[in-house]
Amino acid sequence: MTRTKRRAGRRHPLATVALLALGLVFTGGAYAALSTGTVAQAEIDPNSQQTIEEGKKLFQANCATCHGLEAQGTANGPSLIGVGAASVDFQVGTGRMPMQMQGPQAQQKPVQFTDDQVKQLAYYVASLGPGPDIPADHLVNGGGDAANGAELFRINCAMCHNVAGAGGALTEGKFAPPLTDVSGVHIYEAMVTGPQNMPVFNDLNITPEDKRDVITYLKYLQDNRSPGGFELGSLGPVAEGLFIWIFGLGAIVAITVWITAKSN
Amino acid sequence: MAQDDHSGTELAAADSSHAVQEFAGSTGTAVIPHDAFENPGFEPHRPRVTDEDPRREKRAQRTVYTLFYLSILGSVWAIAAYMLFPIESNDVGAVRLNNMFIGLGATLALLGIGFGAVHWGKTLMTSAESIDIRHPISGSEATQQGAVEVFRQADEESGFSRRTVIRNSLIGALLAFPLPAVVLFRGFAPQDQIPVELLSHTMWAKGTRLALDPSGVPIRAADVTIGSAFHVIPEGLIDLEHGKLEEKAKAAVLLMRLDPSELNETPDRASWSYDGIVAYSKICTHVGCPVALYEQHTHHLLCPCHQSQFDVANHCEVIFGPAKRPLPQLPIAVDDEGYLIAQSDFTEPVGPSFWERH
Repeated sequence: MTRTKRRAGRRHPLATVALLALGLVFTGGAYAALSTGTVAQAEIDPNSQQTIEEGKKLFQANCATCHGLEAQGTANGPSLIGVGAASVDFQVGTGRMPMQMQGPQAQQKPVQFTDDQVKQLAYYVASLGPGPDIPADHLVNGGGDAANGAELFRINCAMCHNVAGAGGALTEGKFAPPLTDVSGVHIYEAMVTGPQNMPVFNDLNITPEDKRDVITYLKYLQDNRSPGGFELGSLGPVAEGLFIWIFGLGAIVAITVWITAKSN
Repeated sequence: MAQDDHSGTELAAADSSHAVQEFAGSTGTAVIPHDAFENPGFEPHRPRVTDEDPRREKRAQRTVYTLFYLSILGSVWAIAAYMLFPIESNDVGAVRLNNMFIGLGATLALLGIGFGAVHWGKTLMTSAESIDIRHPISGSEATQQGAVEVFRQADEESGFSRRTVIRNSLIGALLAFPLPAVVLFRGFAPQDQIPVELLSHTMWAKGTRLALDPSGVPIRAADVTIGSAFHVIPEGLIDLEHGKLEEKAKAAVLLMRLDPSELNETPDRASWSYDGIVAYSKICTHVGCPVALYEQHTHHLLCPCHQSQFDVANHCEVIFGPAKRPLPQLPIAVDDEGYLIAQSDFTEPVGPSFWERH
């Protein structure tokens, strides 16, 4: 009796599904346990020979095609000597590098490396020549003066990135990306290194404290979305005008047709 | 059937296709072609479902009064929302709720009346077609004569045509009367100063240090690394008592450092830059928008208003868009303390064209 019952249980149509689910849960659990383990143990040391060696291997496997085996640059990519850890952390950490294709500017895509690998790459490139370092945590956590940051943002950034940080178009296919979901570290690194066609805002132009304020302002914008109605992408009068021309006038035309149509 | 205030005869019934020919009054200024296309009259009258089916009629009636009741509801709701969602705190969310609910109520109130009235007219009011013939707008012969007579008599009694000195002096007075207003427009421009001079000169002078916007901290040449863009105001601008914004609007400068090998400078302007550091007016020569969308690798400056593009590597010459002139360059040098200073004011007026400059 029990035997037949067990056999019936094993042959139940949902048995395969249950088995699969069980297997997946175990694999996932084991993977999660292992990967949290590596994160917990790894506090990457910027100066250790091992970090730099690991970074060099990653670099030669993934970046050297364009930037050269010793990061000296080729016809397809600039020299990375002296760009600093901040530049690598920004370009690789936001998924812009390795570059998908040559074009007006590097497009964002899913990040190709783990956080540790990004750091190893960054410290390898930093070891080639002095350059801006990855900023300290207290500068990027948004604990500054949002009002001062807003003024600096309007003077230095808003013309390209839009006063609401929604991004905007530049010349010949280039564009300033939206800043609505960029982390504080990446905003800071972009200001210091001037990625793509963005100008450099060094520490003598905008001091580290002022950069912290700019990040505070952007974080404030990220946390406090538009208080009034539909944003329509915060792109300004063009988007709003297009919306009202199509939907507002469309509604007026529809009502006019209804008013003048004969009733059945 | 409704009638206008002239007479019932002008309102022709739907089936009288000869209405136009029968009308025998004055044609006024209307052009009446003789080979006119004959009026085919109306299509046969088609009754609506509400005319034929009493249940449909009842339903239409219900719809109309429901819309009107909804309108009342909307009005009452708008008042209630004003009390239920007050703007008392500094919370923008409260403003949003308040505006949204009052707006919804008011919308319902107005649309309810509008849609109800139109639906009433379309489904329940009479649907018989009719013509309301246009009547001439000129008065009768006697009225016109009377008006002319009134004018003639007034002229005779007042002596307007006869007493020419009085008349002409009156015309002269009327012509002179608006002149003060025209002259007073001059008051919009700064007093005791010539507008052309004001437009031609800025706060920059020999030796004025370049300072950061908005802090006013002077900039050293060594601070400006390659690829940098600094937003610059003249030192001392923020200490101005008044006219600060006017001066800033003219004197705003964008400072950039390029690799000197990428800079193509004409011999007469080679001394205007310092080791790849160049300073250009930020005011577009088209209509005066601030041009500051700088691309550090292409060295293009883009004006966001009308997409004029300037090439910083070639003295900001116009490479695209409606701007007519390059951006004016501010000649710069370095003083003995290492700070960037202006060699002089701009050598040409900044910003868009005006009457004396085009």
